[in-house]
Order: sequence, then C-alpha cells, then structure tokens
Amino acid sequence: MTGETKLTNLQGNHACALAAISAGCDFYAGYPITPSSEVAERMSVELPRIGGTFIQMEDEIASMAAVLGAAMGGAVAMTATSGPGFSLKQENIGLGIITETPCVIVNVMRGGPSTGMPTRPGQGDIMQARWGTHGDHPVVALAPASVAEVWSETRRAFAIAEAVRTPVILLIDEVVGHLVETVAVDANPEPVTGRVWAEGDPANFQPYEAGPSLVPAMAKPGDGRRAHMTGLTHGPDGFPTQDPATASAMLTRLFDKIETHNSLIERFEAIDCEDADIVIVAYGISARAARRATSLARKAGLRVGLFRPVTLWPFPETAFRTATKSAGRILVAEMNAGQLRMEIERLTSENQHVEGVNRFDGEPITPEAILTAIDQSKEQAA
Amino acid sequence: MSDTSATQRVKFYQTGTHTVGNRLLDEADRTVQASMERANAITSGHRACQGCGEALGARYALDSAMRATEGKLVAVNATGCLEVFTTPYPETSWQIPWLHSLFGNAPAVAAGVAAAFRVKGREDVRVVAQGGDGGTADIGFGCLSGMFERNDDVLYICYDNEAYMNTGVQRSSATPPAARTATTPAVGDAPGNVFGTGKNLPLIAMAHNIPYVATASVANLHDLEAKVEKAMGMRGARYIHVMVPCPLGWGSASDATINLARMAVESGLFPLFEAEHGAVTKTNKIRHQIPVADYLRPQLRFAHLFKKDRENTESLQRIQRMADANIKRFDLLEDGGSAQ
Repeated sequence: MTGETKLTNLQGNHACALAAISAGCDFYAGYPITPSSEVAERMSVELPRIGGTFIQMEDEIASMAAVLGAAMGGAVAMTATSGPGFSLKQENIGLGIITETPCVIVNVMRGGPSTGMPTRPGQGDIMQARWGTHGDHPVVALAPASVAEVWSETRRAFAIAEAVRTPVILLIDEVVGHLVETVAVDANPEPVTGRVWAEGDPANFQPYEAGPSLVPAMAKPGDGRRAHMTGLTHGPDGFPTQDPATASAMLTRLFDKIETHNSLIERFEAIDCEDADIVIVAYGISARAARRATSLARKAGLRVGLFRPVTLWPFPETAFRTATKSAGRILVAEMNAGQLRMEIERLTSENQHVEGVNRFDGEPITPEAILTAIDQSKEQAA
Repeated sequence: MSDTSATQRVKFYQTGTHTVGNRLLDEADRTVQASMERANAITSGHRACQGCGEALGARYALDSAMRATEGKLVAVNATGCLEVFTTPYPETSWQIPWLHSLFGNAPAVAAGVAAAFRVKGREDVRVVAQGGDGGTADIGFGCLSGMFERNDDVLYICYDNEAYMNTGVQRSSATPPAARTATTPAVGDAPGNVFGTGKNLPLIAMAHNIPYVATASVANLHDLEAKVEKAMGMRGARYIHVMVPCPLGWGSASDATINLARMAVESGLFPLFEAEHGAVTKTNKIRHQIPVADYLRPQLRFAHLFKKDRENTESLQRIQRMADANIKRFDLLEDGGSAQ
C-alpha cells in the first residue's frame, strides 16, 4: 500500500464489491435479492475485467455452495444476500465452518421475518449470524456503520477469512448498503495476505493438522497433496470419526482458532466511555444515530458514552467490560426486538441496568429516540 | 385532433385480429374482454408497469381458471412481480383466496393445499400455483419437479418474462442468449447473456409424463384461455408456460408488448404447443416465419447486437438457428408456409 488515498463517491453495496476485488476476491456466486443485488451487479461488471469469475447461480443455496467449492478450488470467494437468502445458506455456512473453507458472506439486512420488508432496513439477523447454522460452532461477523467502513471491513473480512481459514459474515444493514457517501479509499490497495498453503512432503500431508496457529495449511489444488474435506466430524487426517476424543479435539480447535486470532478479528470503538454513567451500545446504522445522540447528550452536560462493536461475533467482551466500568446504565439501540441486548445482559453485572432502544418497523432509529431513552433512563436512575 | 375527427367513421380497434374486444366478430369468437360476464380474478387497480405482459397474462389465465371452476379457486403465488404489484398494502387486486408463499416453494405449498382439500373432502376447490421464470426455473425448480413427480392436483402457471424483473432485471436461466441484464452486461467479447444449452421448462415438465403441459402467449389470449380451461378440466399436475414481455426489463415500448409476444411466436423462438402425458398433441402453426432480428431489434436488451455498421451477425445467426431448430422440432410451419 502506498498510503495514498483517493476520494470517491460510493454506494455501500458498490463499496463492498470494489473492496472485495481490491482485497483479492476473484470469484463471486450469487442470486438476486433486494437490498443486496447491487453487490452482484457490480461484481458482474468488475470481475471479468480482472479475469475473475462471476456466476449467477440458480438459487441461494447453490450460490453458497459454489462459493465453498471455489474457495476449496483455490479462489478467493464471496457471495452476497439478504435475510431470506441468508436463511437458505445456513447449512452451507456450517459446511464452510467445519471444512474451514475461507469465504465471505455478505448479508445486507432487511426487515424480517420471511419475505418481510425487502426494501426496508433491519438488524434482525444478528443472532441468526451467530446461531443460524446448527450445532456448536464459532462465528466471525462484522458490522460496518458507514460506506468507508464497508470498504475497510470488507477488506478485513477477506483478511480474516484467508488467514484464519473460516467463513466471515459481513452484516450490512439496508441503510448502509444503499447509502452513498464520499469516502477516501486506498489509491493503490494491495490484496490481503493470502491463505497458508501446505508445504513439505506431500506424502505426509494431513489436511487438518494444525500448528500453533491452529490454522491447518490448505492443499493447493493440483500440487499433489491429497485433499480430503468433509462435513462429517473429522480428525487431522480429514477422515470421519465418532471417536469422542477426536470429535472433541476438532471442535475445541475450531473455537480456539478464532480466539487465538482475536487481535486480527476484534474491532470496536469506545467514545466518551471513561467517565460515562450511561453507555449506548449500537452497531451499523444505529450507531450513527447513537453517536449523534451521545454528542448531544454530552453538550447537555450528561455523562454518556458510546460503545460500538464493529466485530459483532465474537463479541468484544473485554473491551465492552472496560468501556462500561463506570456505567450504571446501558442502552442497547438496535433495529430488532433486542437481540444484542441478550448478549449485553450476559456481560453486565447486577449493578448495571440494561435497557433496549428497539424498533423493527422498517425505519432506522433516530438520535432523538436515543436521547429520549437517555432522559428516561436518567430519570429512572434518579 | 383534426377538425374532421367528428365525421370519421368509428374504428373498432384491432379490427381483424384476435387480441382485444373485437365487436365485429361473432360472439363466440370475441375475447372475454368484450364480455360483461368476465369473471375477474384479478381486478384493475394493481400497480404493474404500463404494458406489463404478466398482468395481462395472469388476468386472462386466472379468469379462465375461475370460470372453469365456477369461482372455487385458490391461488398460490411465489415471490415476484405478480405478488408485489397485485398486493400493495392495504390493497389487493385478487378476488379469490390468495396465498403468498416464498420465492421457491409455491409448487410445494400448492401441493399441500391440494392435499388438504382432498383430506377435507373439498376436491371441488381447485388450486393454481404461479410464479415467474426465476421462481419456476431456478429457485423453485426442485419443488416444481416434486409436484410433477407426485402428480399433485395443481395447475402451475409460469409467467416467463425472461429475467428477475422484480429485483431489478438480473438474468435467470430463462434469459435468452445475448440479452443484456443487470448481471449480464453488454460488455466484452461476448456481450450479454451467454449462449448456454438452454433450460426448456415445458419439455422438462413433459419429461415427468404429467397429464397436461402447454405453452401460451399474451399475443393469443383466446388460445391462452382455452389452454387454461382445458387444464382445469383435468386432474393431477398440469403446467402452462406463458411468455409475458416486460417493457421495463426488455427495454421495449409499453405498447409493443402484444406485438413482441406475437413475433416471439412467429419467429419460432417461442413455439406454442400442447402435450399430454409426455407427448405433443397439438402445435399452433406459423404461416410465415419472421426473422428473429425483427423480434429482437425493438428490444433495448439486444441493442448491442444492432450497432450501426457493426451488426453482430454471428449472434443473430445463432439465435436464428435456435428458432429454426424449434420450427423443425415442433413441426411449426403451416402447410405451404414460408420459413426463413
């Protein structure tokens, strides 16, 4: 990277597509779905230009499966979708997690459940991102709050996916996806560091043998190593097993792998939290409103701070606890019925009161709504 | 308006054709539009685009089905334009029970509805499922095949406008070769959609040996109505594939919908036929096959094939060969008719 930046006017979804290509993405498989279709449309134009591959698949499930196949075949792969499509992809996301297949899944969130409100924003897929696919599993999910952050978080999603060998979910809400902002992007962006390919004697290659990084090196297709990938619980040799010790070791390593690379994965912002009586927790577009509300509250002499997780999963627990050390009251502002609030309640002490500022009517949360909630919370505390 | 307009003879529009209410024809030959007895499954006031082929096709298909069942009809609707434009809150254009399913599951939901009616002893109530080409050929394909294979008592109607119009004109597996869509841009060495092997849904339906398969066109509404009526007279899985031009997605004039639908048939690109239990029983013959270029040229999605002085003759020839192959395969030419 040269450090030079250029100013450009971008829609969030287009920023996602362009950042993906800048990060080295050379494969996209997708299916039309509002409000994410612009990602696919931009990819269909841009990928052929760089010799990449764009495939419009026959449905959401096939799109996710093709992304896994492409990544297994050596490509840097992604797909984009929205709620209903994200639901359909879940089984394949689980396959990506257990086979440790690097890929990026973009979910431009709309109002749900079901077909819901296709053109309206929502943040109702937070827990689905965490637990959408069945069984115990670790998940990495990022939630950008601006077009500039869509750019940086898309690049980071690929960096994490490739380095840690895991699917990474990018949760963009419809407002940010369709927002057009002027952003300063790298003038000469470099691709993210690629994945670790297996070296050494092919005869001794174990597909899921991992060193201290806990990330197994991947067999480069065609280099003579025997790849063996399966959705069945497997040992380091890749073969299915029901041996309790091996099964336990596999899943433990998957969890530990994410934790080991937490410094690469975790990102958050804590503003004015040091002395805060009240801390707002918000992500995505809701965090933009929360930021405004925080600054207005500060001007009014209230000690209010903002904790904004950019990495939603794994949730930045330690950072959150630090940011809310002085806070007696925590307001979680999100466009759902209180999904992240459940996580926050888990992380707070008995002396901390947690409330939600929620709406799920297809409209974003306003700074005024958060300010009102701050006032009410203050009165209750008094 | 000229000052002689008042003295001009009244013109019955579309005289001599079979498209809309021609009052010069015998009553039996008139379209239902001319009849006060029209059943009206979908009423006016929906929000389809001007010149929407799907709105027209669905209205005639459903009206015909409604007449055939004396109004005892339930419609299941996959996600798509038809679902969206007929049901903007708090309004609906539907005069019959109407169930919106998901994008890809309308055949299975309809199969469940039909099974429930059978169990409840209400087999007099009939089920029509419908979807666009994306919901039918792509995401709903598995459910559709299952509905065929079990011979569920459902008429499935596919309104084929050859792309995902509801989400902003992305390609589907029913999009014709070379067509420009939002995901098949007209750039590079092979602009527009790829020349694939095709995915002929009526033939796939026939391969399930279901009782009835037909193709229909909004350019021939009498034929469409007759086919729906015939289908409703049968039990088991039935499939009708209606070609419905889309001014928005095709980049065509809103008053060109009927004409384009007719040219698709007369070029041989969209053969009209019926099949029972896997065998073609009837084809609508073509008197004079028109060149595919005549059909493609008015559509902006093919504009890149007709650049001034740089006509893409290779692509046009390939599409012409597809039309010619249909003419041969379905024996579409009338005796003494002329081919291209």
